[in-house]
Amino acid sequence: MKETKTAMMDVYFMDARSKLIDIAAFMDRAERYGETGDYRYQEFVKALDALRSSDRAESVLMKLSDPSKEPSEKASAGPAVGAYQKD
Amino acid sequence: MRYIEPHAHMVSRTMDDYKALAMAGCRAICEPAFWAGFDRSSVDGFYDYFRQLTEYEPKRAARFQIAHYSWICINPKEAEDPEFAREVIQIIPEFLKKENVLGVGEIGLNKNSKNEVAIFEEQVQLALDHNQLILIHTPHLEDKYKGTQLIIDMLRQHSEIDPNRVLIDHVEEHTVKQVVEAGFWAGITLYPESKCTPARAVDMLDLYGSTDRLWMNSACDWGVSDPLSLPKAVLELRKRGFDEQTIDRFVYQNPLKFLRQSGMEILPEG
Ligand SMILES: [Zn+2]
Repeated sequence: MKETKTAMMDVYFMDARSKLIDIAAFMDRAERYGETGDYRYQEFVKALDALRSSDRAESVLMKLSDPSKEPSEKASAGPAVGAYQKD
Repeated sequence: MRYIEPHAHMVSRTMDDYKALAMAGCRAICEPAFWAGFDRSSVDGFYDYFRQLTEYEPKRAARFQIAHYSWICINPKEAEDPEFAREVIQIIPEFLKKENVLGVGEIGLNKNSKNEVAIFEEQVQLALDHNQLILIHTPHLEDKYKGTQLIIDMLRQHSEIDPNRVLIDHVEEHTVKQVVEAGFWAGITLYPESKCTPARAVDMLDLYGSTDRLWMNSACDWGVSDPLSLPKAVLELRKRGFDEQTIDRFVYQNPLKFLRQSGMEILPEG
């Protein structure tokens, strides 16, 4: 299936480093513009905790998901936004 | 390299995109019926769209030696008005008879509402009544996990459904496992922003690629999307050390295996 064992750090480290700095800069920016109270930002910060778990990608996605189980009475207006406002 | 693009909304794409797909090795495109960015106000609007999918797009694709197949349904985004949706469902059987229609899709959920659930159920029944394959759209972003759960639960209540004839699309790390473990096929959609990157798609293939019940697609539509994201995922597979035979299985043979269950002669040479 795999031809050779690939060195993951050679392939992905620089890309991940750049995304990490992007996240840091996004948080600085949110603070500078006074938008850290927005629920999306709040949920984003909570999702960072998932980086300490195993299955990090899955856990981050779960932190940003609607946890309810029953279908809603009506479809909410507008597109999905990427974070779920928990009360 | 040869590959199948199993989920692309070519009605919102130009001839340049068809050309680029052909040059990248695309042999066949499958186009599900979907929401085209703007609600249709009449059944006739859907009728014209279904004709465009089944009559016109195959001709555009053929100019670049690409085979074109489609899926027919009313999409979940336009299912919030159930009476209207039922009128549209009435015209679907006429299209299911066409020689280039793969089945009923992409049905599913968008905002997980009761009306969407009702219309989803009715179209699952339509597919069963006409012995059709089923292609399922799962909701976006924060709604995906709940919607995928609801869909799997509903499908499980139909004992007559063969999970091998159902593909649940747009899986991500938090939904892929349950789809595959329930015996359904899973689709990974490569989107620049809102869904999955090539690196993450290859991670899922790393974990679940031993099953044949997985495919990747670009879903390219009118939104921010990339019709060449599948060849880009192939580059990613090569970077990660997958051999050409395995890559061919992921991007050509697996989709072919699912699609041929429609009973159609799909890419008979391959
Ligand atoms: Zn689609």
